[in-house]
Amino acid sequence: MAPLAFRTVLALVLLFLYLPLGVMAVMAFNQSPLYALPMVFDTIWFERLAGNERLIGAGINSILIALANTAIATALGTMAALAFQRYRFRGSSLLQILLLPPITIPWLIIGTAMLVLFFWTGIGRGLHAILLGHVALSLPYVIVVVGARLRSFGVSLEEAAATLGAGPWTTFRRVTLPVIAPGVVAAALFAFAVSFDQFVISYFLAPPGVSTLPVEIYSAIRKGFTPEINAISTVIILVSMGLMLAVARLYRFGGER
Amino acid sequence: MSAVEVRNAVKRYGALAALDEVTLAVPEGEFFGLLGPSGSGKTTLLRAIAGFVVPDSGEIRIDGQRIEGVPVHKRGIGMVFQNYALFPHLSVFDNVAFGLSVRRVASGEIRSRVAEALRLVRLSGLEERRPRQLSGGQQQRVALARALVTRPKVLLLDEPLGALDKRLRQEMQVELKLIQRTVGITTIFVTHDQEEALTLSDRIAILSEGRLVQVGPPAEVYERPATRFAAEFLGEANLFSGRVDGGALRTASGLAIFSARPMPSGEALIAVRPEKIQLADPGARAAEGANRITGQILRSIYSGSSIAYRIEVAGQELTVFEQNRAARAREEGSAVALTWAPEHSIPVAP
Repeated sequence: MAPLAFRTVLALVLLFLYLPLGVMAVMAFNQSPLYALPMVFDTIWFERLAGNERLIGAGINSILIALANTAIATALGTMAALAFQRYRFRGSSLLQILLLPPITIPWLIIGTAMLVLFFWTGIGRGLHAILLGHVALSLPYVIVVVGARLRSFGVSLEEAAATLGAGPWTTFRRVTLPVIAPGVVAAALFAFAVSFDQFVISYFLAPPGVSTLPVEIYSAIRKGFTPEINAISTVIILVSMGLMLAVARLYRFGGER
Repeated sequence: MSAVEVRNAVKRYGALAALDEVTLAVPEGEFFGLLGPSGSGKTTLLRAIAGFVVPDSGEIRIDGQRIEGVPVHKRGIGMVFQNYALFPHLSVFDNVAFGLSVRRVASGEIRSRVAEALRLVRLSGLEERRPRQLSGGQQQRVALARALVTRPKVLLLDEPLGALDKRLRQEMQVELKLIQRTVGITTIFVTHDQEEALTLSDRIAILSEGRLVQVGPPAEVYERPATRFAAEFLGEANLFSGRVDGGALRTASGLAIFSARPMPSGEALIAVRPEKIQLADPGARAAEGANRITGQILRSIYSGSSIAYRIEVAGQELTVFEQNRAARAREEGSAVALTWAPEHSIPVAP
């Protein structure tokens, strides 16, 4: 029966997605560092994690950069999307086409190019350079997502606001922004994820002694795996799932499609 | 003083003239209809008055003030859009209150004026609904209340009833006219629906290719179309072309058409509305001085209260509407006489 086949496929997909995460989360609570069974429940790795200043510091860097990136990229991207959707200007189509390749070009290539550029221009390496790189990377996502939302509403709501006496700023604040809010929230999530996930560019642009969480986890694994990685990963998984659920709830409350 | 005045307005999009030297004046309190096929410039004209389109040249005045340089939100207009453009994130109350709260009207006054506007469109009690919880007709009323609550100088309606089904549209036509009379607001509306234009308007303007073809009260424009386009666009028309000779228009096929109106000399065109023509048996005598021609019924189209006949006369196909009094259609293929009074022969410009 078809429904059974569908369910099987669905179950397999979910299993492949969540089983590794589940195993990781469970092993974070296993006393043995070597995934040894039977499992002995212990929170030792979380305690060790709390004392691991490198990992915690990298985590804080990652969160700060991701938040700053989200704020900057969402604001700039929303403005750019508005410009593309609401104004006609020379080069508009060309610019919009130029937005897309960075989404498909491998990050390794972009990262190398940025390293060269930043070195050559004197921007150098550091958290500021990482942030700059992340903003550049996440802008296209924001513009595409917010632009789609803007396009689906057309200009008539804004025109209606104008006939009712609302100037451009009032119209944006009281009509455009509330109407595109779900798109802006989704775009902000993208921006956060692009930055928080980002390894290659951060790795290239981080000077010695500074790192972000993915970079730190990578170097930790190279030196030798410790279950502290499981512990911090578990924390991150819980936080990001919580965030997603909160957003999903928010969407339903807005009741918008 | 005219509430809205347009003088020599021109708007070109490339080689296409959306407005070509349009001049018109709409007096205070008038319900003015802009009628024309798509691409005739009627919407461009409405949007130019609203301020969404800036004419290349010409003047537009509202209440005597030139407004070409005034942005939309300072023009003091109210507008109802074709798709209503209600704010989806706001309740009915907040939609209607929008124009007032933007103007920083005190909240007590907002409440009473919104209540009054909703009473006017008979929507009291739906204040807390969201637009998507309303029917098309209700959304239309909210849009109207929202446009009227700020007491604009001019109300602009862009195909206001286009999205409603036929029955609801007819109901809303009556109501719209009633509301406009009650408020006494100068109203300009765009439609491609000729019946709507005739029903609602105090005066209508027919546009074609960016030009005003004819302006006047509905009955005048309908009964005395100035051009072939006006005759054919507003209602249906049978056209006879020929040369004027001895007080009659003589077609190449040998028909002689008499008109009570002055005819130009030389080549001329005469329009006759299908419902002005009476059908009779071929042997029957026509009244003194009436036009009388004979033909053969090709087809009858039954539509309940009336029947439309397609009739061949001297190689030309004519349309005649007859009230369905006989309860059955005349037989196809039968010979028939067509008569009409000379005052219904209207000379029109080509």
